[in-house]
Amino acid sequence: MQTVHDPALLLARFQFAFTVGVHIIFPAFSIGLAAYLAVLEGLWLRTGRAVFLDLYRYWIKVFSIVFAMGVVSGLVMSYEFGTNWSVFARKAGPITGVLLSYEVMTAFFLEAGFLGVMLFGMNRVGRGLHFAATCCVSVGTLISMTWILSSNSWMQTPRGYAIDPATGRFMPADWLAIIFNPSFPFRLVHMGLAAFLSVAFIVGATGAWHMLGARRRGQAASEPVRVMFSMAMWMAAIVAPIQVMAGDAHGLNTLKYQPAKIAAMEGDWVSEDHAPELLFGIPNMKTERTDYAIRLPLAGSLILTHSVNGRVPGMKDFPPDQRPPSYVIFFTFRIMVALGMLMVAVGMWSLWLRRRGRLYDTPLFHRVALCMAPAGFLALLCGWITTEVGRQPWTVYGLLRTSDSVAPNALSSMAVSMTAFVVVYVLVFGSGIGMLVRLLSHAPHAGEHGTSPDHAPDILAARSHPAVIDPTHGEGA
Amino acid sequence: MMDVSYWLPVIWAVILVAAISIYVILDGFDLGIGMLFALERDRGCRDVMINTIAPVWDGNETWMVLGGAVLYGVFPGAYATLLPAFYMPIVVMLLALIFRGVAFEFRILTRDTPRERLWEGGFMAGSALAAFCQGVIVGGVVQGVRVVDGAFAGNALDWLTPFSILCGVAVMCGYALLGATWLVWRTTGGLEAACRRWAGWLAIGLFVGIVAVSAWTPLLHAPYLRRWTDWPNIALVAPVPVLVVVLGIVLARALRRGRTRAPFACALGWFGLCLSGLGITLWPYAVPPGLTVWDVSSPPSSQFFQLVGTAIMLPIILAYTIHSYRVFRGKVTETDGYH
Ligand code: HDD
Ligand code: HEM
Ligand code: HEM
Repeated sequence: MQTVHDPALLLARFQFAFTVGVHIIFPAFSIGLAAYLAVLEGLWLRTGRAVFLDLYRYWIKVFSIVFAMGVVSGLVMSYEFGTNWSVFARKAGPITGVLLSYEVMTAFFLEAGFLGVMLFGMNRVGRGLHFAATCCVSVGTLISMTWILSSNSWMQTPRGYAIDPATGRFMPADWLAIIFNPSFPFRLVHMGLAAFLSVAFIVGATGAWHMLGARRRGQAASEPVRVMFSMAMWMAAIVAPIQVMAGDAHGLNTLKYQPAKIAAMEGDWVSEDHAPELLFGIPNMKTERTDYAIRLPLAGSLILTHSVNGRVPGMKDFPPDQRPPSYVIFFTFRIMVALGMLMVAVGMWSLWLRRRGRLYDTPLFHRVALCMAPAGFLALLCGWITTEVGRQPWTVYGLLRTSDSVAPNALSSMAVSMTAFVVVYVLVFGSGIGMLVRLLSHAPHAGEHGTSPDHAPDILAARSHPAVIDPTHGEGA
Repeated sequence: MMDVSYWLPVIWAVILVAAISIYVILDGFDLGIGMLFALERDRGCRDVMINTIAPVWDGNETWMVLGGAVLYGVFPGAYATLLPAFYMPIVVMLLALIFRGVAFEFRILTRDTPRERLWEGGFMAGSALAAFCQGVIVGGVVQGVRVVDGAFAGNALDWLTPFSILCGVAVMCGYALLGATWLVWRTTGGLEAACRRWAGWLAIGLFVGIVAVSAWTPLLHAPYLRRWTDWPNIALVAPVPVLVVVLGIVLARALRRGRTRAPFACALGWFGLCLSGLGITLWPYAVPPGLTVWDVSSPPSSQFFQLVGTAIMLPIILAYTIHSYRVFRGKVTETDGYH
């Protein structure tokens, strides 16, 4: 056992948080973009409109880069449970390890097996089979999300286990109860919507960027640009409000199963009925109060319990060594919610402009949409930080402490590896994001075949964007 | 002890060894091709080399994820002991695989810019380092891990010995041989001829490596020698050196006579022999010298539930993996329409 302030433990936590925080950006991107690509290809096959093929070819270049970064950063995650949390792995492996194995077998292989055909196979297999490959990759990302969130949710709200008294291991007793644990459905819906929203705002911002560019040059935006902007804004208008409702339901569920997390998110110290909602404040874990608080009377009870006299928990209900650090999640939670509200506002604005027929010529709106590019990913990261830091000080909620989960690594090893991770991640993923931005800075156009920035040669073009799709090239031609 | 808690770990050990073997062979030629980049300067040839693996490398690497996940779910005791024991080589391997994996896209996106060399170098060094680390880890497992109360109790640098370094170099040689023979099969012209030459040298290197590792292993722990020489194991062990030599001769002739597939098949044969030798040496230990597969197992309820999924999924996975190899079969040339 190690104390909470042990530096090796802090490094293990920081390293895990850093690597998973980088990883999650790419899966979320992959999940949303794979689904978008499947929709585009499906629309192209049904309507035969070239614009959908152009967009498919444009976004698949982005996808191949994002996916590669997701794979390599995910590989790190699957071994980090053992390198950083070996005690956790030994005790919870009989449950979380099995769920991860199911993820590999049902999702990762599916994605990887059809990715090759999706990226390189357009002129090697028929249209139908190629579309099937795109769909398999998309479904694979969704299955992957399902398993890993089941595993994570089990750590938040463990069910269906027995603890072996001799070894302290978690023994699976009821697999259905483990997989469908109480917080899983809420987390799955909320995360899935978050991935779709994040990509919608990236696609929308790319469209807005090129509409602004076209306007500056005094031209009309091309058809692919307008179509993708419109599609993205439909997503925002429909999904953002659903996400707010999903988040609200998620909060009610958390209140039921992890009240200490809610108290910390809200910055409430004493449990009360008719609780106010804190709009701002700085929670102070030492003095046990929230400084500079701005309160909205009754709203806390109303939001969290849907009734003005509902009872809202306070952190003093819990012993000090079981309180999550409120000064982190108080803010991350508010940033997420604020961004969610902003997304709803953008969606509504787009509907209004659409009705007045001005969606494509309101530069102010395009500028706002451009600024919203990172909003989805920002909200998603803030949400995860809220969830994960709010679970502290436990890895398996209420049962296994983080300080009891850590691997017996020497502080010096941890320090060296932490430095290496930061250097490599900044170099590799920083460059990758730079390349993505440069790729997106070129507008999609009719007859898109993907001549890419800095005169990347025709190989790239030929690869993801074969000029002809020859249906006579049957399977395995 | 003829009950499920005896047989489930045995079945799982077989599946795990199969998964690791598939990984070694598949990602072995990927990583080998990465290392051969160091010998091939021509950009067109490099593109061809990469083209032969671009559609499949992700699937190949997934076998490694499966290996890790199976260890975590079925043998958590081994996962929790081996990963801290090999913390450094594992972290280095993961970081190396990052460079290798992104290079497929990045080297083309940065083409004709100064940064192109960074990603080409990253592909090369990442592949070499990953191969070396994998060899070091295998060598480290064979030489044993200090365990107290079922948990790793050694030092951060216990793995670093001449033996593990020898294993690292041997694995690099072996992967490069797999890569070279794969390219003999999948490419044409000057590149194919060059690969034949490289394959010859690499085969000599790997042969020396196999002999050295085999001679050293029984000196590490007395039980290893006993396990090789006891009946009935000796009946399994004795033919191995003979087969290694025979395959070596077949390989040399196949390379000289211009065969295209036989060299790769021989290299696979060598790997198969090495892996089975390793299996005979270690069985039934998961973490030598102290922990057997039964010591590190998760409860039967975990192993059984996972077995059900594996029995359903593994044949499906193999089917579509083979399908995707078939889609991209045949010789790859520079004019081929895909990257
Ligand atoms: C919400 C979804 C989600 C979350 C929370 C995570 N991942 Fe992930 N992961 C994916 C969704 C995903 C994905 C969409 O399936 C990826 C992204 C790109 C890809 O190849 O698959 C992926 C890739 C990916 C890979 C590479 C798969 C391959 O080789 O094809 C591994 C090993 C992991 N992840 C493991 C993890 C672990 C151990 C996580 C927990 C800490 C984790 N992921 C969080
Ligand atoms: C993908 C999005 C995720 C993000 C952004 C994320 C973020 C974080 C953060 C910030 C921490 C550190 C908390 C702290 O130490 O204060 C953490 C810890 C942890 N998370 Fe997550 N997490 C994610 C997903 C997951 C998933 C899917 C799992 C498991 C299946 C998981 C398992 C863990 C474990 C084991 C720890 C370490 C122990 C701990 O500190 O609680 N995480 N994560
Ligand atoms: C205003 C609307 C929103 C509300 C009320 C809300 C509510 C919540 C709550 C209560 C949690 C913590 C769950 C827990 O661990 O107990 C959470 C987590 C999370 N939120 Fe939100 N959220 C909102 C908007 C968003 C948006 C717009 C995004 C991203 C686009 C997002 C992404 C996430 C993610 C990724 C998590 C972590 C995973 C999870 O536990 O589901 N949220 N949200």
